[in-house]
Amino acid sequence: MKKRHFSQKYLRIETLPTLFCPGCFNGVVINALSKALEEEGVASLRGYVFVSGIGCSSWIPSPYILADSLHVLHGRAVAVAMGVKLANPKLEVIVIGGDGDLASIGISHLIHAARRNLDIVVIMVNNLVYGMTRGQQSPTTPRGLETTTTPYGSFEYPIDMCRVLRETNANYVARWTIAHFFQLKDSIREALFRLRRGFRYIEVVAPCTTYVARRLGLKPSSILRDLLKNSKRVEEIRRGDTIGEDSIVVGIFKSEDKPGYIELYQDYSMRARGVQSG
Amino acid sequence: MNRVFITGNEAVAYGALAAGCNFYAGYPITPSSEIMHLMARELPRRGGVFVQVEDEIAAINALIGASWAGSRAMTATSGPGFSLMQEGLGYAVMTETPLVVVDVMRAGPATGQATKPAQGDLMQARWGRHGDQVLPVLAPSSPQECYDLVIRAFTIAEELRTPVVVLSDEFIGHGREVVELAGEVRIPSRRRPRSAREPPFYSEDPRVPPPMPRLGDGFNVLVTGSTHDGFGYRDTRSFDTHYKLVKRIWDKIWLNRDTIFDYEAVGIDDAIIGFVAYGSTARSVAKSVEILRREGIRAGYIKLKTLWPIDTKPIEVLAERVEAIIVPELSLGQLVFDIERAAKNYTKIYSFNKVGGGEPIYPRELVELARKVLSR
Ligand SMILES: Cc1ncc(C[n+]2csc(CCOP(=O)(O)OP(=O)(O)O)c2C)c(N)n1
Ligand SMILES: [Mg+2]
Repeated sequence: MKKRHFSQKYLRIETLPTLFCPGCFNGVVINALSKALEEEGVASLRGYVFVSGIGCSSWIPSPYILADSLHVLHGRAVAVAMGVKLANPKLEVIVIGGDGDLASIGISHLIHAARRNLDIVVIMVNNLVYGMTRGQQSPTTPRGLETTTTPYGSFEYPIDMCRVLRETNANYVARWTIAHFFQLKDSIREALFRLRRGFRYIEVVAPCTTYVARRLGLKPSSILRDLLKNSKRVEEIRRGDTIGEDSIVVGIFKSEDKPGYIELYQDYSMRARGVQSG
Repeated sequence: MNRVFITGNEAVAYGALAAGCNFYAGYPITPSSEIMHLMARELPRRGGVFVQVEDEIAAINALIGASWAGSRAMTATSGPGFSLMQEGLGYAVMTETPLVVVDVMRAGPATGQATKPAQGDLMQARWGRHGDQVLPVLAPSSPQECYDLVIRAFTIAEELRTPVVVLSDEFIGHGREVVELAGEVRIPSRRRPRSAREPPFYSEDPRVPPPMPRLGDGFNVLVTGSTHDGFGYRDTRSFDTHYKLVKRIWDKIWLNRDTIFDYEAVGIDDAIIGFVAYGSTARSVAKSVEILRREGIRAGYIKLKTLWPIDTKPIEVLAERVEAIIVPELSLGQLVFDIERAAKNYTKIYSFNKVGGGEPIYPRELVELARKVLSR
């Protein structure tokens, strides 16, 4: 008998193989998430709710993950997740989305959820472009990259969401690349099972195989090597260090354990009830 | 029964609470904010959720999430915010998500006159979203009707698994009248599936919505705004899946219009001149008809309490009887298109339009127009 892959219990088998391009790194994200769940002994995803917007990476949970999932409007996953979490705080709410979805059209929801320290986990799959719509520039596109909307090479300054979110009240902010599989998996475990509260953001740099790698003439294997070579650990960076534009700062930018929005709201409700009886 | 002297906006909030609304997300905007203030005071101490979000887009989307998690959710806004909510409303239609959006209309377009009443959002409430979709639109003309129609909005939302829009306006929202509060009202709970084999996005009879699973109940529900089959699986290619889905959702509202559509007819049996209006304008119409009747002119009116879907039959009947129909609106004319369509060529239609500066349509203006029309 064929042995089932450990991740299969978390997936809708009938939807496989995925519709992702050959060599797409979204599979690495599914794998890391599955491994984290497996190592924590999670048997079924009942009680987990996945929310995603529009984009290739937003397809990771919908339809592939066997759990409740809301595949919502482009950019609005975090807003929907907020509604789910507040309506039923017992649910474990995970947002998975792309750099366009979360750092462009949905950036305001992302930052405000982080400001509130809303008790959700957000996994941003940063493939450096808008993959689904055929490789346009995204807010994380590195300068110089030729995309369908920057045919002469992108000249805009990109945004570093980890640095932005570090300055908010988010409890956890981390970035890895798909070449840091074990660190990524451990971050997911840390966020979901150790910290368990507040806003937890994990970014995965996963260059789009079709619109980044192929355009640059790179094979997936050489991408992995480049990612490792260009990665700089956040804890090794000193104040005033200049970081080259090719560098990817990885690691845990922040890990705290402040009460999240749910606890704060529950305290507030108690106060409101006190006012009524007084 | 509890009689209180409150504004239309307060009545909206009390109606929502009576209907069991336990989730409110919103963004401040004149002239709707009092609804938000009251919900901010009441929901946290009643065990509900109130959240002031970063914008109206977040509000409508948070409602969607809350509704799927089992809440009765509402937001209130005005023109600019209502515009921002359109994409989310379309998603709620496509995914059959019950929720209630109250638009307290002000003079637009754009920022327009924030504190001044208008009725310019009628067509947007009906057609503001892209694609084929229809959702119920209700219109109160008094604080009492704000209370009653918000309860009705929740009832329709739950029974038909649909977003519902309530179009109020600044006059109604800030006008203060005696309202009879019902105390407890029982809203039917949405139907839940008994097993995962029941499709949450398909029903044999389009008039009956499919059962709606709740997040966390173990159904592995797949909700998507993309075209989907009965179990929520995306199908972005086939004609069949798309046509069946949007047609069923369309029919769900359209074939139920007998129960959704509501209106009041006064003095139309012997009328020689008729009015059709809704919201605050209907109040001026009622007064005008009273004055005309006193003068011996047999006038009558239809007050629409549902603006969509609309049943044109009563208007057709009115048109067959009267010599003319006057359609007053606090806009440059939107409802009048329905009336023209319904009246066929039975009678003459006169549009009376005014908007801005907080100017109401005065009964004397309508009385004068009626006299003029009849003497032609
Ligand atoms: C409001 C709106 N604008 C534009 C689009 C078109 N659109 C679909 S996916 C996408 C970008 C996706 O990029 P990203 O979030 O980075 O996901 P990826 O495909 O790269 O994983 C865009 C612009 C849309 N669906 N909705
Ligand atoms: Mg992307």
